[in-house]
Amino acid sequence: MNMLRAENSRSILTLGLLSGAFILFTGAVGMIAAFHEREVVDDVISLGQLLLLLAPFATGFVVSDRLRASGTGSLLIISSGVAVGLLTALPTVIMLLFNSDEYRFLLDLTLKLIPFVAATYYAWQQYRIGSDQRLIIGSWLAIVVLIGIVSFSFALIFEIKGDLRSVLPNISRDWVEVVTFDHPKELMTGIATLLLVSAGAGAAGSFMVLVPPIPRQALLYGLGVTLLVGAFGETVRLILQENVDRDTLKQIFRRDTLRQDPALMLFIVSTVAGFLWAMFGQQARQGFANLEPSRRRMVNGVGLLIFAGILLMLPWLIGRTLSDVAVTIGIFVLMGLGLNIAIGLAGLLDLGYVTNYAVGAYILAVLTSIGPLGRLDGVFTFWMVIPVALLAAMCAGFVFAVPVLRMRGDYLAIATLGFGEIIGKLAISDWLKPLIGGAQGVQAIPKPVFFGTELRNPEQLYYIVLVASLVTLFVSIRLNNSRTGRQWMAIREDEDVATAMGIDTARAKLLAFTLSAATGGVAGAIFAAKVGTVFPNSFTVFISINVLSLIIVGGIASNPGIVVGAVVLIGLPELLREFSDFRFLMYGALLVIMMIKRPQGFIPSKLVSHEIRAGVNAKAAAAAAN
Amino acid sequence: MALLEVNDIHTYYGNIHALKGVSFEVDSGEIIALIGSNGAGKTTTLRTISGLMAPRDGRVLYDGEDISTARADTLVAKGISMVPEGRGVFAKLTVEENLDMGAYTRRDSGIKEDLKGAYELFPRLGERKKQVAGTLSGGEQQMLAIARALMAKPRLLLLDEPSMGLAPVLVDGVFDTVQRIANEGVTILLVEQNAHMALQIADRGYVLQSGEVAISDTAANLQQNETVQRTYLGID
Repeated sequence: MNMLRAENSRSILTLGLLSGAFILFTGAVGMIAAFHEREVVDDVISLGQLLLLLAPFATGFVVSDRLRASGTGSLLIISSGVAVGLLTALPTVIMLLFNSDEYRFLLDLTLKLIPFVAATYYAWQQYRIGSDQRLIIGSWLAIVVLIGIVSFSFALIFEIKGDLRSVLPNISRDWVEVVTFDHPKELMTGIATLLLVSAGAGAAGSFMVLVPPIPRQALLYGLGVTLLVGAFGETVRLILQENVDRDTLKQIFRRDTLRQDPALMLFIVSTVAGFLWAMFGQQARQGFANLEPSRRRMVNGVGLLIFAGILLMLPWLIGRTLSDVAVTIGIFVLMGLGLNIAIGLAGLLDLGYVTNYAVGAYILAVLTSIGPLGRLDGVFTFWMVIPVALLAAMCAGFVFAVPVLRMRGDYLAIATLGFGEIIGKLAISDWLKPLIGGAQGVQAIPKPVFFGTELRNPEQLYYIVLVASLVTLFVSIRLNNSRTGRQWMAIREDEDVATAMGIDTARAKLLAFTLSAATGGVAGAIFAAKVGTVFPNSFTVFISINVLSLIIVGGIASNPGIVVGAVVLIGLPELLREFSDFRFLMYGALLVIMMIKRPQGFIPSKLVSHEIRAGVNAKAAAAAAN
Repeated sequence: MALLEVNDIHTYYGNIHALKGVSFEVDSGEIIALIGSNGAGKTTTLRTISGLMAPRDGRVLYDGEDISTARADTLVAKGISMVPEGRGVFAKLTVEENLDMGAYTRRDSGIKEDLKGAYELFPRLGERKKQVAGTLSGGEQQMLAIARALMAKPRLLLLDEPSMGLAPVLVDGVFDTVQRIANEGVTILLVEQNAHMALQIADRGYVLQSGEVAISDTAANLQQNETVQRTYLGID
């Protein structure tokens, strides 16, 4: 069976070109050049180059896995990996040629040929199915003219401007430098290097398929850990800074970049660890499952205690900069838990959650500010205002819920979206300017004071967020298991049936909106105290979208999922500054991928994953019945 | 006095006049069948009684009390339970949790006892207590929907098309069960397209036609009625 089957060569071709298109796209939007700024391992590889390697590697792995499943020999598998690597590089190579001065004529030629080739292809298809001759000639002409107008004008633009940057601003010298692996001058050497490296990465991906599972797991683990530590070098350094002395740190990092020797060490150590886990992990889990229930509970308890300890110690472990990120993540966890009451528990899609956040922030700002707008001379402290912010947000939630009670699904979402916008406009309006400062916002918000100490550092604010999150978590778990939770569940499933059970749906929905709003208010108040100022442009629809996205990515109705979602969607962009330019691009990509591959989220709640499985089973059953 | 008295109700969907003065009575302990073709207003009548829709004119009296404008959820506590069309079991909850939901309005201590009663009435459900309702067969889901409605301890049970979408073998079982529930003293108002089965277990019946009561008589007489035979029973 040492022949490629037709469907296998097709999958090599399509997947290879797909990953090639991905590489070219990331380059054309500027991601590769931006990520090149960050070195993963000193003088060895940058994040941008890593991206160039990961695509053929992953695609090679996927393709080879398919080939192996259909019983292809090892040599063919490796060569298919090489082919995938070359295909991945192909679009970028073509773009490089187009971009160079010597081969610009190729672009011109291509652009001028495209309309004729496309029209002829279409006409041929028509001819094959035996269409009318006049129709074939007519459509050929029409396509030539239509596509010709576009492609000839592009050709003209390129000819006048003399380069591609007028249309593709990110196909820049930086980009060329990255994709040619630092051979920007010698084009052919650069292209050869790119093809070679890409083919190598593809072959490495294929090779992974041939390696037996245990060493493969170990290798992937080692590689993954090393690259992650390298990519987040700055973060890791900040953490180590708190716990390791300066000289050792200097040996590991050159500025924020992992040095070569420590990287190698890390790779070896993590590979060995991965190997041990692959060998004995199964046994360990088995052993744990075989323990008596009481012992097992004890082990679980110890684990929980360690986890709680880490949570408590976190600011000391990670230092100031990262504590600041942790507080931001915590604020979003708080909002995520709150919004989850409406969306996850009661099934009410609320797109105006920013309303509650804004109310909380402004209430705290106006009541405690010692600036010109705070006319209360600091009579109220942070602690006194937190309950006020909570109540105010609940009132806002209640007031906004009343008019939309009768709406369902999409209509509800649109209406709440509108309310979110109204709040933004009110905050910036001249009408409320005397009270909340209009576009200037409210300044000079004092930090919370706890028994005489002013909590001015993120390390200290962290504890406020932690306590608030834990309280919210507790309340939301209790709610979910209560009669009220059941009520919401019934409404989420079927409002009419819920009514038939004797549930007052209007009251239950009001309650959901109101309770969900409460934590938004607290989050807003903490945010205001953390930043010290409140501006209207902090309260846009993007807050609502962020919170919604983190719930969806983490897993609807799943509390641990919300924490993970907040870390991934809020924390990562803060840690990888290069990401933040592409934040919404990545959000979009992540959401689409999640919806296709893992609609239940990273850490699904039991109920939701069951629902999705049931849906898939029902679909499969329907397909089988047909 | 009748347990339920529907007095000349007019119900609209927007501008569409769906019920044009429907009147009938249900006495305590009876099984009443509302039959009629698609679009005759059977389900609308039931929705109006159960409070999911409000009549624009006319009154619905339950136990002498005017419930025309009462909200649906308040009626459950008053003793009117409804099994909605298409069953509407909570697919993600287990059988037992579904039954618990049925007892939502109750706060007395008899719920455990009634659960046992439900499993006696429907042994199949007892076997599947811990099974998720979405994985039950259509017939079992209908049983569950009825059992759940009974958990509210109703005096009046409204059944909307209980035979819909069920295999003929199962239909017999459902109507058997309805008969047994009636024997325990629950009054039943049954809306059904399957006129044949409905009239076999009913005491009296009303034939609805384009939003009006066309014929009303005892079930036995309706079965002999020529128009009913021709139109709804398929007998020439």
